[in-house]
Amino acid sequence: MEILTDLIRSWFGPDKMSDQAVFITVASTMATIMFIVMALCALIFTWAERKVAGFIQSRYGPMRTGRWHGWAQAVADMLKILGKEDIIPAEANRFFFSFAPILVLLGSLLAWAAIPWSPGFVSADLDLGLFYIFAVSSLVIVGLLMAGWSSNNKWALYGAARGAAQMISYEIPLALACIPVVMYTGSLNTTDIVIAQQGGMLNWFVFRNPFLFVAFIMYFIASIAETNRGPFDMPETESELVAGYHTEYTGMRFAFFFLSEYANLFLVSLIAAMVFLGGWWAPIPGLDFAPALTFIIKGVLMVLLNMWVRWTLPRVRVDQLMHLCWKVMIPISLICVVGAGIWMMLSGQAGA
Amino acid sequence: MTADLIFYALALLTLVPAFWVVNSRNIVHAGFNLLFTLLGVAGLFAWLGADFLAVTQLMVYVGGVLVLVLFTVMMTRVPRAEGSGGGAARYLAPGVLALGVFALLFKVSSGTQWAVVETGEPLPTTAIIGANFMTNYIFPFEYVSLVLLVALIGAAILIREPKGISGDGDSEAGDAEVQS
Repeated sequence: MEILTDLIRSWFGPDKMSDQAVFITVASTMATIMFIVMALCALIFTWAERKVAGFIQSRYGPMRTGRWHGWAQAVADMLKILGKEDIIPAEANRFFFSFAPILVLLGSLLAWAAIPWSPGFVSADLDLGLFYIFAVSSLVIVGLLMAGWSSNNKWALYGAARGAAQMISYEIPLALACIPVVMYTGSLNTTDIVIAQQGGMLNWFVFRNPFLFVAFIMYFIASIAETNRGPFDMPETESELVAGYHTEYTGMRFAFFFLSEYANLFLVSLIAAMVFLGGWWAPIPGLDFAPALTFIIKGVLMVLLNMWVRWTLPRVRVDQLMHLCWKVMIPISLICVVGAGIWMMLSGQAGA
Repeated sequence: MTADLIFYALALLTLVPAFWVVNSRNIVHAGFNLLFTLLGVAGLFAWLGADFLAVTQLMVYVGGVLVLVLFTVMMTRVPRAEGSGGGAARYLAPGVLALGVFALLFKVSSGTQWAVVETGEPLPTTAIIGANFMTNYIFPFEYVSLVLLVALIGAAILIREPKGISGDGDSEAGDAEVQS
């Protein structure tokens, strides 16, 4: 952020622009960069997902488009989706039907603002960054409900109801799992959380104490459910609900949902890398020559882990899903919070 | 100047949907309009430098209350609320009441000598709020937690299956195993 501010000031001369103009320029540049990164990730991950699925199921996946292993398949899919007709069902509520995809994408994109990519390079260095990320993600839930209801389709409504119920339930263990880390750092600022993990792998929060390790596993399971993927893809079970809340969507509006899904996948993986896996710090101290790259590699590894889980485990039932959240994961997360607190007190790290 | 513009934009975002929340014939539309009002209020908080309050507003009202409201409203399936009759007369009492409250609030707010503090750049508030919760306001904080715990236990007891009727063999569903 500061780097960009200085750059823009030096381009336009030191005192030519007011502070507000500089701020607006920097903010819109960062937003554009984030959007491009997000769209690129969605492109690459759709292709990667199909290749990973193919690998796990002993087949090839896309092989034809492009030359090497069908790398251009995602680009071709994107072009196809851009050229599709935008259909709004006659019985749908036009305004909310059109607005829902925007809301869903907005919720995903806003959360990206507080991700610290490398020292000093974060779009919005908010004092309560982590809390902000969880808060704006709730826009996605309202967007899902809006999409499901305005489609005027029973599958869509079922999908939306399931999705919203699942997401508000799993938000609790997700946030609770991050609380021990916040206790250790003494700050909600995302940059501070990463800086607190300096100095090699053993200083990453996963390996600090056993409670944090359990919290990381809780976070990972909750994050799969939060992104409606893997064994928890109840909102879009194709065998019962056609496609869930985006059954009626076509063309660009469908692409918004798709983009948001993969953006969320990468977002929760980046948060895992940031909160538990040391952010931009390399596993061995002294190797921190490419902080942003280290951070992105960690995020991508988490995404691959996510895909592995998705294509390995069978889908759970709705009641099992709720049972797992409310009766297993929330108590364990709470034990982690208390346990990490006691551990901090006994090891003399409290009051940091 | 810009600050004024931001304020008016946020006020518009709060008030216009608020009008539709009250006047919409379709109760689900009212729920969705509430989203924009709540976002507007969160924006106003952020504009006033209350960052923690703004994000909490988003988290609690948009992520929690609004989703629950929408859930219940969608389940009830009332396509269009019928006008309950009575014509203009039924607007009279609420109208008079609303005008009275507005006049009172206006008189109080314009008559009060507000303490004006020059703050300059808005500062982060989270640490101050957290420290106050754990020191000066520990009693109200714990008291509210207790009320919420009671509400949680109450909800769990209300949905508990009566003894003897087992669902799908998942017998532990009956236990009042409430965690908080």
